[in-house]
Amino acid sequence: MSEIKKLATRDAYGAALAKLGEEHEDVVVFEADLAAATKTGVFKKKFPERHFECGIAEGNMMAVAAGAASMGLVPFASSFAMFAAGRAFEQVRNSIGYPHLNVKIGATHGGISVGEDGASHQCCEDFALMRSIPGMVVLCPSDAVEAEAAVRAAYEHQGPVYLRFGRLAIPVFHDENDFSFEIGRGETLREGGDVALIATGLMVYEALQAAEQLAAEGIDARVINLCTIKPLDEELVLRAAKECGKIVTCEEHSIIGGLGEAVCAAVAESGIPCRVKRVGVNDEFGHSGPAVALLKQFGLSAENIAKTAKEL
Amino acid sequence: MTEAEKRDLAIKAVKVRMGIIEGTHAARAGHPGGSLSSADLFAYLYFKELRVDPADPKNPERDRFVLSKGHCAPGLYAALALRGFFPWEDLKTLRQIGSHLQGHPNMNMTPGVDMSTGSLGQGVSAAAGMAKAAKYLGNPCRVYTLLGDGEIEEGQVWEAFMFAANYKLDNFVAIIDKNGLQIDGPTKDVMDSGDLAAKLRAFGFEVAEINGHDYDEMEAAFKKARETVGRPFGIVMHTIKGLGVSYMTNAVEWHGKAPNDAEYETAMGELNARLAELEAK
Repeated sequence: MSEIKKLATRDAYGAALAKLGEEHEDVVVFEADLAAATKTGVFKKKFPERHFECGIAEGNMMAVAAGAASMGLVPFASSFAMFAAGRAFEQVRNSIGYPHLNVKIGATHGGISVGEDGASHQCCEDFALMRSIPGMVVLCPSDAVEAEAAVRAAYEHQGPVYLRFGRLAIPVFHDENDFSFEIGRGETLREGGDVALIATGLMVYEALQAAEQLAAEGIDARVINLCTIKPLDEELVLRAAKECGKIVTCEEHSIIGGLGEAVCAAVAESGIPCRVKRVGVNDEFGHSGPAVALLKQFGLSAENIAKTAKEL
Repeated sequence: MTEAEKRDLAIKAVKVRMGIIEGTHAARAGHPGGSLSSADLFAYLYFKELRVDPADPKNPERDRFVLSKGHCAPGLYAALALRGFFPWEDLKTLRQIGSHLQGHPNMNMTPGVDMSTGSLGQGVSAAAGMAKAAKYLGNPCRVYTLLGDGEIEEGQVWEAFMFAANYKLDNFVAIIDKNGLQIDGPTKDVMDSGDLAAKLRAFGFEVAEINGHDYDEMEAAFKKARETVGRPFGIVMHTIKGLGVSYMTNAVEWHGKAPNDAEYETAMGELNARLAELEAK
């Protein structure tokens, strides 16, 4: 494969916010002292009067953003996933989710690929937490092109949205000139009938690589990108269950409570005979190390996806 | 304030107290103690201070009120009903299935409620967010929030206070109902908060310390709040929990307990007597 451009989805988040800010004066950003890392600093540079620093107080920030949303603004409240979904869970649940306020939670540094900072900062529970809040949309873009589109769609959506972005630069495989995005609709990236690889976030590219490896062995894998983890594109998932009979879910998240369990629930309740295996973080904490090496070590790789698919 | 105005507010406050007893008695649950300690404030806010219109409850430029101590919803609901946001009879549906009057305030169900609250320490943050947004939008509204003196044990309250002072939110007024009691006992025994006025000042607030059952003192404090420029305003309001009903007065067990039928009769008898006394003045 030729050289592919790499960019972190958090960079796309910052760029998308700055563009959105140009188009809409009601876009405001709340930040908890991480603007350089979450990339809301890009927005701050252009619109300092609309970038509200909250200090290291994520719980307060979420409820402040809720209050601002009630006044008609469209706040993007940003922090690392660990603190946005984790520390501030109850504020997100009670002050944003329960009143269904129009707050967009821009959570960067999701997953194990945070790398060197280690387990305290590697949030692998955010899908589980955010999925459990009624009315919350949960998005996890697979590359920079999709990330930018997801930010735009989140703005246009009325109601709370949780967006998970990554720290690590990852391949940009979508063509920005030929890409459309809709909340709740998955994307079939490769057709195939032997097994379906249903992935989200940076695992989508790994799933594409896994499909190539499987193809070399005569296994025809379908690859589905589910950026929207909630609401789940059940139609696409169940069609894959019916047509492939085998599914491997792939996520940079605990195998508990995330995409894998959402797919398992949909398949189990449908009555369609289909086996599902989950590739994800196996109910354990991460640790420090270079992101790429960690992803390999935790089995968040094309090789492990292909291996898991063959076990089915 | 004239004696006639004070008498009128006192009558309103007795009616708010009656609404609290009606609601919690009908619900067989709820929080009368802290609702009663704030009853005079609710009357003052909804009949003197807040620029709100029951005929236009979503007016973008209305003043906002956030009941950060959301469990005192029976008091807020009684004031809203008395002000005409919804029928008085609704109070008897408090906490029941199908009622718009939830155990804790819900902004999407009850007319006049500006923020859903109940989890302590969060309403004050939302109120600060409203005040910050109003500044950005050039919206002339003012934002008021009421906290409990137990609630301020939540660290988030102080995060919100830092935020309000940092952004010089002079359209923001935080009122602390210092009734001195919380669920597990006297506040000074559970978690002594010390000198709240001094703490607020240290956090960058202009502060008034008042008797929460004295309308002259309320008027002076809210006037000073409106005149304060460049910093948020805090009111430490000394009150008596359960005031207005003899057996609930300063009694910790009435924080979150409803009166039974006999207790209801006693309470309403006392409040009706007080009402007759005021109306005869």
